[in-house]
This record gives sequence, structure tokens and C-alpha cells, in this order.
Amino acid sequence: MTVKVLFFAQARDHAGAADETLELGEGARVADAVALLRERHPGLSALWPHLAIAVDGEMAGPETTLRAHAEIALLPPVSGG
Amino acid sequence: MAELTREAIAFERLTREAARPDCGAVTLFLGTTRDHHDGRRVTRLAYEAYVPMAMSALGRIEREACAKFEIRTCRIVHRLGEVPLAEASVAVVVAAAHRAAAFDACRWAMDELKRSAPIWKKEFFEGGGDAWVEGTSLRTT
Repeated sequence: MTVKVLFFAQARDHAGAADETLELGEGARVADAVALLRERHPGLSALWPHLAIAVDGEMAGPETTLRAHAEIALLPPVSGG
Repeated sequence: MAELTREAIAFERLTREAARPDCGAVTLFLGTTRDHHDGRRVTRLAYEAYVPMAMSALGRIEREACAKFEIRTCRIVHRLGEVPLAEASVAVVVAAAHRAAAFDACRWAMDELKRSAPIWKKEFFEGGGDAWVEGTSLRTT
């Protein structure tokens, strides 16, 4: 199945793109998507400990199961205001 | 209702709309863009958001403010894209029967926005270079 990844702020700068499509096995979890992204984007390594992850607009953890066409967002520390 | 806008924030209109006969207090907080950060000269700023999630975060903050404090209304507007120096990047407007709750709710809503809304600020420095402002890590589930 495919899922879409959105990169914001520093994550976008380090990934060099605003979004990306990943191919994952059925029943894949957030942790599987993260493992693949870590491999593809070594430039993100320093940022990972600070990233929060949302799936379809809701905060998610590594165990969150992904559905086909899910939207995964990588959210660096926020600085609105 | 919460709003994200690429235009100048119409805070005078927001304040006028907040006033109502059962309220004796309207508080307006404006976050305005500043020309310095950690000793460096900032020439311009830009904001971006994960729009659907930021909209639901701001909407939740408005509702929670009304539940937590003795207030009648809370509205939050955040600007996106480039914001010239000294202009409002965010407005929080609260109406309440009495001023204490209006001040408290306004401050709480702004603090909560900084903690939990997926919005990011980039500063551009005099002489070149830019940086995302070091922010607050979002709580994960």
C-alpha cells in the first residue's frame, strides 16, 4: 500500500521536499514508515528525537497502524505566535 | 471561529465583533513581529502551518478557553506567509462579563497556541541567512 508523508519547516529543508510517497506492506505501523524514512533521509537524523508524528491529522505513536493512503506528517517543534 | 489568513489581521474588526451587551470586558492580545532575536537583527519573518491540524488545534483552544474560564467568546486568528516587521502575526480576542477572566483566558489561549498548534516561524537575518525558531516539541500520544 502507499502512504503520503508531509515534511514541515526544518524537516522539509532537510528532506529537500515537501512531500513523498512511501510503499509499505499491509498492516504497516508508523515505526515501519519511520525506519524507511531514516534510511532515505540521513539528513533528518539530528531532527528525529525532536519530531512529533501525526497520522491523518491526529498525533500518533510508533505503534499506530497505517491505512492505505494515510497522510503522515513530520512535525518539528512548533514556534507559532 | 479560528482562522488562518495570508492577509493582515483585521484586529479592529475582531475586537468590535467581540463586544456584546452581556460582557463588560474585551481583551485583545496581538503577537507582533520583532526585529531581533538572540542579538541578531531580523529583517523579515515567515510562518507556515499544517493547515487542517492547526485549524483544529486553534478551534480546540477556543472551545477549551470557554470551558475553563468565565468567558463568553474566544477567537484566534494566525497569519501565515511573510509578515512585515511590527505587524500582527497572531490575535487572540476574548469577551467576558468581567476583566479578570478575560485577561486570564487570553493569556492561557496564547500559551496553549505556542505549545500545541502546528505552526512554524522562520526568521531572516540582516546580512543573509535564515533559521526556523527553536520551538516546543509537540506532545505525542
